[in-house]
Amino acid sequence: MGSEGAAADRLLSWDRVSLVIGLLLLIVGHYQGLFVAPAEAMMGDVGRILYVHVPTAWACMLVYTACFVFAGLALWSGKGKWDAAMEASAEVGVLYNALLLIQGSLWARPTWGVFWTWDPRLTTSAIVLVLFVGVLVLRRVITEPERRLNLGSIAAVLAYAGVPIVYFSVKWWRTLHQPFSSPATVSDSFITPLRLAAFGMIFLGIGLIGLRWRALRREVERELSAPALPAALPTLELGQRGPGGAA
Amino acid sequence: MSAPQAPVAPARGITPALQRRLFLVGALLVAGGALSAVAFGDLGESLVYFWDPTQMAAAGEDAVGATIRLGGVVKAGSVEWQQDRGSLKFIVSDGKTEVAVEATGAPPQMFREGIGVVVEGTLTQSGVFASDRLMVKHSNEYKAPEGDMSADERKELYSTVEGL
Repeated sequence: MGSEGAAADRLLSWDRVSLVIGLLLLIVGHYQGLFVAPAEAMMGDVGRILYVHVPTAWACMLVYTACFVFAGLALWSGKGKWDAAMEASAEVGVLYNALLLIQGSLWARPTWGVFWTWDPRLTTSAIVLVLFVGVLVLRRVITEPERRLNLGSIAAVLAYAGVPIVYFSVKWWRTLHQPFSSPATVSDSFITPLRLAAFGMIFLGIGLIGLRWRALRREVERELSAPALPAALPTLELGQRGPGGAA
Repeated sequence: MSAPQAPVAPARGITPALQRRLFLVGALLVAGGALSAVAFGDLGESLVYFWDPTQMAAAGEDAVGATIRLGGVVKAGSVEWQQDRGSLKFIVSDGKTEVAVEATGAPPQMFREGIGVVVEGTLTQSGVFASDRLMVKHSNEYKAPEGDMSADERKELYSTVEGL
């Protein structure tokens, strides 16, 4: 762990590689989606939001699942690296979730006729967004590091219960939102761009989590491992940083 | 919980590590319990986004005057659209019961006979459903057009959207 500074400066860190892969996949996928695949039979060009919205939804669920796993690891081990990973993935999950609701509204207006309606799928996705925003707020409010790890991760585990509910909402209740689609309900010519964009959003998400994790980790670990002398450490940090960072 | 006491905690039997793991187990139990309550708790009855025509008919007089969402399929051949007056009439059916609907305003681009719709409004004494909001359901099928769609046809699909 001593070479952490060097690792952060390394150009080919895994999070950056993942970001680039994700962006490339998104470029190729959306080129295919916008220019190669035909327009949808009923929706026309509006239907092309399929390649944006569905990948965002899939990736969002995976990111929240990662957050849930990190929360479990943080509570089990008490380690700062998992605590920071939990926060990083909660942030990316909130970003994807917010994007998901915006994209959905933009599609819903021309297709359904309204930007928003309190349909079970929409309502549950909005609730999950609020819950994970709550997890992040909770972490900002609590200053004591161990309490922050405990309560933040407990909140994340509880919030995650909403994710399967969002997924199954279209099956359990009557919704305006369409039920699950599958390769059988999606025309062959749409599948390649859809898959490329889906992997793009997943790699982008991994990259973003990695970037935030790197940014948060050192601070979280330092706070967790320094209960006795909180006043002494900042001075030490400043002293270390001065010659290297400022020069 | 009490952080300043941390060094003393082991003597009490519950170490911070054990406490964290108990928190984890507790949180998993609560989350799992909440999830199963929603999944198996038969919430379906109390979480109805829209009624179908049969359910509305079963409510009888009680349905009159209340704000209701009604969902069903637009019956083939039932659509009367008078653009100059902005009046749209059609029949919503669930295969068993049919309800006449009068909607105001231009229908969404996807609106057509045989498609699923959800209308918001009230059932009037005369048995006609007066809707002030018409939403069109899109199915989970995404199809490429048969043959190639020309630029003009694509524009045509768009033009109705622009009018919204």
